[in-house]
Amino acid sequence: MTTASPVTPARAPAAVSGRRAGFGHLLLAEWTKIRSVRSTVWTLILFVVLTIGLTAGLTALIVASWNRGRGGGGAHATIAADPVAFILGAGIDLGQLTICVLGVLLITAEYSTGVIRASLLAVPQRIPMLAAKATVFAGLLIVLAEIVAFGSFLVGSALLHSRVPVALGDPGVTRAVIGAGLYLTVLGLFALAVGALIRHTAGAVTTVIGIVFVLPILAGLLPGNWGAHVNAYLPEQAGLLITHAQQLPGDLLSPWQGFGVLCIWTALLLSAAAYLLRRRDA
Amino acid sequence: MIEARDLTKRFGDKTAVDHLTFTVEPGRVTGFLGPNGAGKSTTMRLILGLDRPQGGTATINGQPYRDLANPLRTVGALLEAKSVHTGRSARNHLLFLAQSQGIRSRRVDEVLSLVGLQDVAGKRAGGFSLGMSQRLGIAAAMLGDPQVLLLDEPVNGLDPEGVLWIRNLMKDLAADGRTILVSSHLMNEMAVTADHLIVIGRGKLIVADSTEAVIARSTDKSVRVRTPDAARLADLITRAGGKVLAGDPASANGAEVLTVTGMEAAGVGELAASASIVLHELTPQLASLEEAFMELTSGSLEFGTHGADSIRTHEESTR
Repeated sequence: MTTASPVTPARAPAAVSGRRAGFGHLLLAEWTKIRSVRSTVWTLILFVVLTIGLTAGLTALIVASWNRGRGGGGAHATIAADPVAFILGAGIDLGQLTICVLGVLLITAEYSTGVIRASLLAVPQRIPMLAAKATVFAGLLIVLAEIVAFGSFLVGSALLHSRVPVALGDPGVTRAVIGAGLYLTVLGLFALAVGALIRHTAGAVTTVIGIVFVLPILAGLLPGNWGAHVNAYLPEQAGLLITHAQQLPGDLLSPWQGFGVLCIWTALLLSAAAYLLRRRDA
Repeated sequence: MIEARDLTKRFGDKTAVDHLTFTVEPGRVTGFLGPNGAGKSTTMRLILGLDRPQGGTATINGQPYRDLANPLRTVGALLEAKSVHTGRSARNHLLFLAQSQGIRSRRVDEVLSLVGLQDVAGKRAGGFSLGMSQRLGIAAAMLGDPQVLLLDEPVNGLDPEGVLWIRNLMKDLAADGRTILVSSHLMNEMAVTADHLIVIGRGKLIVADSTEAVIARSTDKSVRVRTPDAARLADLITRAGGKVLAGDPASANGAEVLTVTGMEAAGVGELAASASIVLHELTPQLASLEEAFMELTSGSLEFGTHGADSIRTHEESTR
C-alpha cells in the first residue's frame, strides 16, 4: 500500500456500455457471487460426496446384516415394498442438511459481511436481486441434485440388487429419482427464503433444521391421528413423498401433491422474504 | 446534484435525521460535517435508498435512488461500514458489481489500478487492512464512473499518503464537474478538502455555506490579557459588557492571565489605560477550526461529554 496511482478517472463512454442492465446481468452477477466464495463450493462438493457416500454406506450395511441373517423381516419387508424410497432416503436424510445450510448462508452471509449493502446499492429495487439469486441457486442445485439422485440410485440399487432388485423402468421409480432432485432443489430455495426472512445465520439455520428435522418428530408425538395429519403438510415430510415409488395406504397425499405442498410453503416464504426485503432497512 | 427535502428518519423513539433539507451542487467538494452520531451516515443511507425515511425525499439528479436504471453508473458510494464478503477476492467483488450494471469487466482492472490494489486483486478481502478496505470501497464507488459520489468518512484508516491521495482524488473529480458529498467528523480535514460545508448536529441542519463563510461565521474571537491587576480589570471588562472566561493562576511576576470574549483587543487596551492598569500582554486570538466546529455543534453532541471540550472518537452509531 505504498504506491498510490495517479488519479485518472476513465471517461464514461470508454468504460461503460449504454444499455440498461437486465435480468441476465443480475443472473451473471449472482453466479459470480456463488462461485467466488470457497465455502459455497466446498459445501456443494460435500453435498454430493456425503449424499452418495451415505446411500452406499447405509445400503451396504443393510445388505450385510441380511447376509448375516439378521436385521429382521420387518425392515426387509418395508424396503422390499418401496426400495427406491429407501435408497433415496438413506443419503438424502443427512445430505439435505448441507443444502439447508447453503441456502441459508447464501443470503445471511451477505448480511453478516455487509455485502448486502453493495448488492442493494447495485439493485435498489431489491426484489430482482433476490429473484436472480434464487434462480441461479435453483439452476445450480437442479443439476447437482439430479446428479446426486441418479448417482445414489445407481449405487444403492446395485448394492441391493441381489436381495431386492429395482430398476428405473419399474413403476414410479424414474419419477421418484427425478423427484429427489426436485425435492432437494426446492428445499434449497425454502432455506434461502428462511435465511432472507431471518437474516442471521445462526437463527436461520436453527429455524430450518427445526422445521426439517425436529417438527416431524414433535408432530409424531401428537395424540391420535393428529400427528399424521400435521406431518402430511410439513414441508419436509410432504416434499419427501415424491421420492416414493408409490402412494402407501397410510399416505394422505400423493407424491406430486406432497411435492406441491413443499412448493407452496417455499413460494409463500419467498414472497414474504421479497416483501420484507423491499420494506426493511438494509 | 443531490437534494434532500425535509428528510426525517426515526429509529424507535430516537430521531436520527430531523427534517433535513439541503442541496449538494456539482463541480465542488461538499463536506458533510457533524459530531459522531449526528446522523451523517443515516442521511447518506437515506439518499442511497438503503433506509426508508419516515418523511421527506432525497433525490439524485432529480430521481430517487431506487428509480435509477443502473445506479452504480450514476452514483458511487463508499459507506462507513464494510460491505465486502470476507471470503471473496477484491476482483470478484468488483466483478459481480460490474456485471450487475452491464459494465465491462475490463473496467474492474482499471479501478483496481486506480486505487493501487492491482497486486492484491486476487486476495480475499477478509485479509485486507483498514486502508486497503477503504481503497477497495473507493474502487467500487468509481466502478461505474459516476457523476455523483457519496463518501462516508473516506480517510478513516488511511495513512497520510492515502489521505492526501483521496483529497486530491476528490478535488480532481469535482473539477471534472462531478457532485461530491464527503462526510467527516473532523473539521480540519474538511477545511482543506471541501469548498462547501453542510454542518449537522442531532440530525438537524446547523449551517450550509461555503467553507470560508462557515469558518468566519463561527470563529469565536477572544483576547488574551496578562496583568498583575487581574481582579480590577476583570471587573471593568464585565461592567463594560465583556466576558472574562478564565483566570489562570498568578505567574512568576505576579501577573494573571485572563481570556476575554465579547470585546476587541483595542477595547480591552483602552479600558485598561483609562483605569491605569498595567498590561503585560494583550493578544487577539482566533479560535482554531476545531473549536469553531465545536462551537457550532455544541449542544448537539450525541455522545459528547457535555461541557467539556472533547469529542469521543468512537465509531459513529446511527442504528
